[in-house]
Amino acid sequence: MRKLSIICSLLLLSTTTYSQLERGNFTGNLETTFQYLNKDSLIGATQPPSKALLNSYMNVYYTHGNFRGGLRFESYLPRIQGYPTNFQGTGLGMRYVGYANHFIDATVGNFYEQFGAGLTLRAYEDRALGYDNMLDGVRVKLMPFRGIVVKGVYGLQRLGFNGGITHSSGVVRGGDAEFNLSQIFPKIAEKEVDFMIGGSFVSKFQEDNDDLLILPQNVATYGGRMALNYKGFTLNGEYVVKGQDPSQDNGFIYNPGFATVINAGYSRKGLGILFSAKSVDNMSFRSDRTKVLQVGLINYLPALNKTHTYNLVASLYPYATQPTGEVAFQGDIVYTIPKGSKIGGKYGTTISLNASTAFRPKRTPNLNYPGDSTGVAYSTSPFRMSDSLYWLDINASIYRKFTKNFSASLSYFHLALNNNVAAVTKQPGVIRSNTFVFEFLYKFKKQSSLRAELQVMLVNRIDSLNNRVPFNTKGAKPTDHGDWATLMVEYAINSHWMINVMDQYNFGNPKKSSRAHHPYITVAYVTGPTRVSVGYGRQRAGMFCVGGVCRYVPASNGLTLSVTHSF
Amino acid sequence: MKKIGLLFIACAVVFSSFSQEKHESNKDKKLPVVQLKTMTGELVNTSELTANGPVIISFWATWCAPCKRELNTISDVYDDWKDEFGVTLVAVSIDDEKTKGQVPTYVNGRAWDYLVVMDPNSDFKRAMGVNNVPHTFLVDKDGVIVYSHNNYTPGDEDLLYQELVKLKQK
Repeated sequence: MRKLSIICSLLLLSTTTYSQLERGNFTGNLETTFQYLNKDSLIGATQPPSKALLNSYMNVYYTHGNFRGGLRFESYLPRIQGYPTNFQGTGLGMRYVGYANHFIDATVGNFYEQFGAGLTLRAYEDRALGYDNMLDGVRVKLMPFRGIVVKGVYGLQRLGFNGGITHSSGVVRGGDAEFNLSQIFPKIAEKEVDFMIGGSFVSKFQEDNDDLLILPQNVATYGGRMALNYKGFTLNGEYVVKGQDPSQDNGFIYNPGFATVINAGYSRKGLGILFSAKSVDNMSFRSDRTKVLQVGLINYLPALNKTHTYNLVASLYPYATQPTGEVAFQGDIVYTIPKGSKIGGKYGTTISLNASTAFRPKRTPNLNYPGDSTGVAYSTSPFRMSDSLYWLDINASIYRKFTKNFSASLSYFHLALNNNVAAVTKQPGVIRSNTFVFEFLYKFKKQSSLRAELQVMLVNRIDSLNNRVPFNTKGAKPTDHGDWATLMVEYAINSHWMINVMDQYNFGNPKKSSRAHHPYITVAYVTGPTRVSVGYGRQRAGMFCVGGVCRYVPASNGLTLSVTHSF
Repeated sequence: MKKIGLLFIACAVVFSSFSQEKHESNKDKKLPVVQLKTMTGELVNTSELTANGPVIISFWATWCAPCKRELNTISDVYDDWKDEFGVTLVAVSIDDEKTKGQVPTYVNGRAWDYLVVMDPNSDFKRAMGVNNVPHTFLVDKDGVIVYSHNNYTPGDEDLLYQELVKLKQK
């Protein structure tokens, strides 16, 4: 209450005092999603007791010279289907004031922040996913010299929303420094070299309220990073370690943790190549050691795979990052055959290849655990991997623009997901799938076009003991929910109106009665920064992922109305 | 609880009256100041972007198909636009650490000529009030946002072209 009045008065003070001298700047955005859902037993969709659901938020940012402030109101009345359960009620979900000049940037209240790649700290939001772990406290950034940025943060984490922000019981504090040497020493830049080094330290404090275990109340994670660019070559990496942090995630073991991500690449006009490697062990870092899933995470461990856009590959068997441990690799190539060449055609042809894989780390068990006093369950080291596959993704795509008005692409995806580890359904074992996608776009005349996608996903076959067998084996059935196809047609009538019709058909479900069509129609109207859309139909259950963080969205049948606007 | 409500109403009233008064006097929406990095890690301040004339600021991500359609389409006519209007396109990637590494691969793989800046924690996206990508802005040389458009369907680049013509005639 007191905090609130202080913020309000500060905001008002900053606005009224200066309003006569110079005008301020208001910006912001809003999004409202309303759902009315029906029961549909064929696809397992239920009707919520309230029948109607609503998610809504509006951000208002104000800047005036060096001052700034911001507010967000949020409503979940109740939350839409599949949204995390820790979002409920209506009220104020964010508020801050800040001041910035060329040397200092200070924020009091809520803020988002990322240190390096986020391995030690990343406070961020993804409203579509229902993820918001912003900090509430104070942040100071100093820029003493061009190319040097020093940051300090101290605050409580937002754990959820219940008519207002709910805080985690642990305190998060940390610091980060980054030196861009080529900006500090222009002589380096003259040699076309970009060189950056940085380091961060983050600690959390949470009281030990366990009767049996002696839990560390202060847990630290820290590490360093570098990035080097020379002409078309790039090399960057980060390595962080974490102290003993017994938690729900790791089964209350006293192991230390580590995480490292390395990227190496080369690119020039028309060609890009990237190779990435990652090794993580026992690196889940939460402001509350008892929390699981997406709640209370302080750091961010990126999944090392491509984020797919076609719905079957994106949401049926996606891979989520494994904070307790994984060794992962990725390769990515994009090449454009030059325009005007014989193979490239008049407008050029682009080929993309991408592969990623993840394995379980190899661990040497501590034979005395849990009998000895160390509490250390095993030992391992970076990039020590077992042959237990978590994930494999091999995909290729070719895109060609044939004429000024017509372009098409063909894509192939092979996915293998270890459903015992990164479980998305109840099916045990590794689920493999091959997916083929054909897409084309035809532009009629100004602002009118037709786009269509045909996707077919074939999953591997299993025998009655759940063992993988060849495709044409007698008596074999498709694994999990079987094969799928999607047909989507999108017609843009003019620059304002768009109609999208889609059907996802589970034609290969091993259970004949479950071979359901999922038709869905969306009509959208866009004008400038405003979008209004109405959707109606069936939506299948699936994983909704952003940045390697996934959320399960159950099947639904009904109406969704959505309005977004920015100002 | 009641007190909080009252305070909010008071706050909102003063705030809205203030905003109205301001907006009547000037409808301009200025480009917010945010510190960003290029693909090679060089620090860029958004206030420096309009130093050489108007800019198109387009928010995109490697996982956003319509964004890539838009930027690939403009890429074909970008040289003409540069000559005709002296405009620069700044492609703001909101890819986070998961897909950030694929940004230079894609940008160069598709031979884009844009200034690409990274917004891995969506600080600039938030400051610009962007709900979802693609979202494209046209900013004049004084840093005033003169046009903004959410979403992309083929042909929307013509609307942007018309806005560039309007801006030139000003």
